[in-house]
This record gives sequence, structure tokens and C-alpha cells, in this order.
Amino acid sequence: MNLVTVSGPPSVGKTSVILKTIISLKSRGLKVGVVKFDCLYTDDDVLYEKAGIEVRKGLSGGLCPDHYFVSNIEEVVDWGLGKDFDLLISESAGLCNRCSPYINGINAICVIDNLSGIGTPKKIGPMLKSADIVVITKGDIVSQAEREVFASRVHSVNPKAVILHVNGLTGQGSFELSTLLYKENDHITSLKGKTLRFSMPAALCSYCLGETRIGESYQMGNVRKIDLGKN
Amino acid sequence: MALPVKHELSVIKIGQILTRYPFAATFFENNGIPADSNKEKSLDEYFSTIDETYKEDMAISQEHFTGQLEEYITQMLSFLGDTGTKVDSLTILPGHGKTGEPENFSHLTIKKNEIISIVGPTGSGKSRLLADIEWAAQNDTPTGRSILINNEQPDQKWRYSSSEKLVAQLSQNMNFVMDLSVHEFLELHAESRMISDRKNIIMKIIDQANHLSGETFDTETPITALSGGQSRALMIADTAILSSSPIILIDEIENAGIDRKKALELLISEGKIVLIATHDPILALMGNRRIVIKNGGIEKIIENTDDERSILTEIEIMDKKIQSLRRKLRNGEHLTTID
Repeated sequence: MNLVTVSGPPSVGKTSVILKTIISLKSRGLKVGVVKFDCLYTDDDVLYEKAGIEVRKGLSGGLCPDHYFVSNIEEVVDWGLGKDFDLLISESAGLCNRCSPYINGINAICVIDNLSGIGTPKKIGPMLKSADIVVITKGDIVSQAEREVFASRVHSVNPKAVILHVNGLTGQGSFELSTLLYKENDHITSLKGKTLRFSMPAALCSYCLGETRIGESYQMGNVRKIDLGKN
Repeated sequence: MALPVKHELSVIKIGQILTRYPFAATFFENNGIPADSNKEKSLDEYFSTIDETYKEDMAISQEHFTGQLEEYITQMLSFLGDTGTKVDSLTILPGHGKTGEPENFSHLTIKKNEIISIVGPTGSGKSRLLADIEWAAQNDTPTGRSILINNEQPDQKWRYSSSEKLVAQLSQNMNFVMDLSVHEFLELHAESRMISDRKNIIMKIIDQANHLSGETFDTETPITALSGGQSRALMIADTAILSSSPIILIDEIENAGIDRKKALELLISEGKIVLIATHDPILALMGNRRIVIKNGGIEKIIENTDDERSILTEIEIMDKKIQSLRRKLRNGEHLTTID
């Protein structure tokens, strides 16, 4: 089974891109499954089911979604192996710009959209900078020049990545993306021993453990203070 | 310029890297490493002075940064040294339609400076045809078509390079979304294309855009505040002059506020191959030929007939009349006769 991790800021069109891409994968006779990670709520699993794709979802709730992802990906892979998939796609929203969900040796895709502003590629951390493939969406509604400028900004923070434009509504570009997702000899049987490409954002303070009161005396553990300068 | 070596990049001063590869400044900036204040240090020294927490916060590692820097410099050198592939012709070799029936033509070659229209109902396969061209299909897409560039099998770079794409697109639904003035916007686009003579090229684009729309705009106007006609004119002039793509696909151009004939002339005068997906008779007949798409495949390729050429002359006259009525209305005049 091949594993692909897809990540990207909320509402860029990850699910639409994956759904369109699976159409091409299925027509090659491949059996594809999806695991959707989200924070509080998602009904994207219904969209996948409607398209006849086996799907599981995981909601991180009050935990850091990134940490939740990495603590569960091994079980997810076991589930996929049990289902005999040719390709398992994990989809997770990068909810902070420091999100770092990719695993060494596992194909990593970052989805971002043209509407997010040209400063965005610079602001996103490992989720964009260490991806193997960057998919840019919503190109049909901005000018050619803006598409070119946006792609060049992405290139300047991640020159090694393949950059593809995909339209999640019409599916334009999704066939092309599908050709990069499955490789005959990229099979995995376990994630044991694999490592993350980057460490994840850290957190361990009293608020992690359920503290709600505000004030210095309640703050313990990994706490950092903003520098507001001197008055 | 010599290719960078990863080990060397780590030990020479950052200032030396920038002297040798001035364009690398963008890379340092976009990756959050202040090059200017660290010119005297090597990357090894720089990374040894910053503390672990900062590295962790910014998610930077020396290994990853240096690897990417090496790649960036290598790609930029090859981009700058490359005078660009001149695309003189595009050839489409037949595949099959949605139900597998073979396409009924031997080959279709479109030369630069040529306009060809694409007609057919929505969902008939126009987007797939375009995608085949864009991906430089080699009998490896759902239609089984193949694409030749200059009569040869195309370079792989057309698929994977971020700076060189075969097809640029202009469509009705496109808007400017950036919060910039016309001048800043063009400056940014020229910069991303590594153009050295920016001033002249920007002036040329503004002149051409004004020529197309007839409604002159100020270069300090925010691009989002341009009228429909002005936006379209600017998009077309910018794509003709600044886009690196040799093939332009136009998905309809609205009639209002822009001289479409001049727009097409501008595109072909810049050496582009122009494909227009349209059902507007004036646009469809502006090409010498049209591709008819049906059921996912190219059904036929029609040359304009003499009748069609004289129809085009007539409808162009009608169009001029409508444009002149529109102009009068805009100026607050009464309409008296159609002249």
C-alpha cells in the first residue's frame, strides 16, 4: 500500500482536489481509502462515502491536531493495510502556520489557494516548505499574472517541490496530480522507525491541562511571554 | 556562473553567497533568515549562533535550508542561462473520445501568430483538450492524445517547472484580487519573471492596455478598482507581454469596454499561439480554423469558408454600431440614428 499525506490551510479545497484525483486513480483500477483528520467537526466523510470511497474520520477536539495526527497515523496505516488498499490518503487541515505533519519517506502534498495572498507562502512553515508536491487551487478566478506571481513565491520557499495547479470544481489538473500519487514500488507495511520531517509545535503548560483562569499565578510549564517593549 | 556546492555554501560568508548569486536574497528573505545583518558570517556560523528555541519556533534546520538553497540557485542559474524554448508550433495527434471512438483527423499543427477557435457544448471536452496541451500529453492521459512542440516530443520541463508553463489562461471569471496599484502589480510580476528592464516593459504594458480599452487609467489606481474593460485590457496586455507561456487559451472575452480585435492582434504580435473557446460569432471567426469538439473528442477541424469571411465583415460592422451606441449612452447623449 502507498501512503500519501495531504495537508493545507482550512477551506483551500483539499477534499475537492482529493475527490477529483481519486476518480482518475480508480479508473486505473486502484483501490483507494481516505482518513480525514479535523479539529471540531467535519462532514467531508459523507462526501467521500457518496463518491463510494471508504473513509474514516478522526477529530482532535481539544488536542493539538498535529499531535493527534502523529499519535494516530500508525493505527490508520494498519487500518488501510487491513482493508487491502493500494493507496491510502490522509487528509488533515493545517490549523496553525507552524503545523508539521509530514513523515520522512512518505509522499507529502500541501494544498494552498491563490486567494490566500502573496505573503502567505512566506508565512507557512514546514507544511509548505518541506512538501514534495504543492497543489495550488482556485486559479480559475484570479488573473494569469497573479497565478504566476503566486507560484513563483511558492517556488522561492520550496524549490524542490513540484508545483501543480488543480481546479477542485472542474477537476482540471487532477488527472495530472493522480499520476504522481501512486508508485508501484513505494509500498509500506508499517510506519515503525519512520520519523517526522520536522518537530511539531510544542505545548505543555497549565492551559493544556484544562486551566481556565487568567493570571500569572496559574501559568505553569512551557510558558512564553510576548515582548511589548518598555513604556 | 559556477554551480553551487552544498558544502561550500555552508562555509563561505553569506555576503559572498549574495555577491555571487544576487537573486538568492529573495530566498533568504522568504525563508526568514536575515541575510543583511549576517553578511560576515557563514551559514555554519549563523546556524551555530542562533539558539535551538528559535530554530524550533521558525521550523528551520541548516540541513534543509542549505539543501533548498542549493536547489534554488541551481534552478535559477539554469533559468537565467536559458534563453527559453522558442515555441514555433504546437501539434495535436489524435486520441479518442469518451466512448473510445478514434478521433477523426491525422494531425493538427498550429503555428505561432495563429488563432484557432474551439467550439462545442459545455462538457464536450474542451477543458480536457486544453489540459492535454498543458500537460504535454504523450498518449498518457484519458484521451490518448499526444502533443508535439516544434514537431518534437516535448521537454519534461513543461510538466514540472514552476516558471515555465505551456499555457496561460484568460477567462471571463478572472479577477484581480491583490491589494496593489497597477504599477506595483506590474512591478511584482516583472520581478517574479526576473526581468531586468522593468521600467520599459511596464510602460509598454500600460500603453497597450490603454490602447485596448480606450479608457485610460492612472498607474496609481488599485487593480481591484479598475473597470471591467480596463481589467480585461490589463490582463490581456500583461499576459501578452509578460507571461512566459507561449500558448494562450482564451475562454470567451466579453464584448464590453475592450477592442477584441486589437487584443488578439496584440497576442499574436508577441508570437503567441492563441486558442479561443467561444460561441461568439465574431471571436469564433477571427481564427482561420475552428476545432469542433463533441463527446470528448475532436470531431472535425473546419476552415473558414468565403461565406463565413463575408459574414465576419458584416457582423463586425454591426458590432461597431453597437459599440458606438454604447459610447453615446455612456457620454449621456441622446440616441438619434444608427450610423
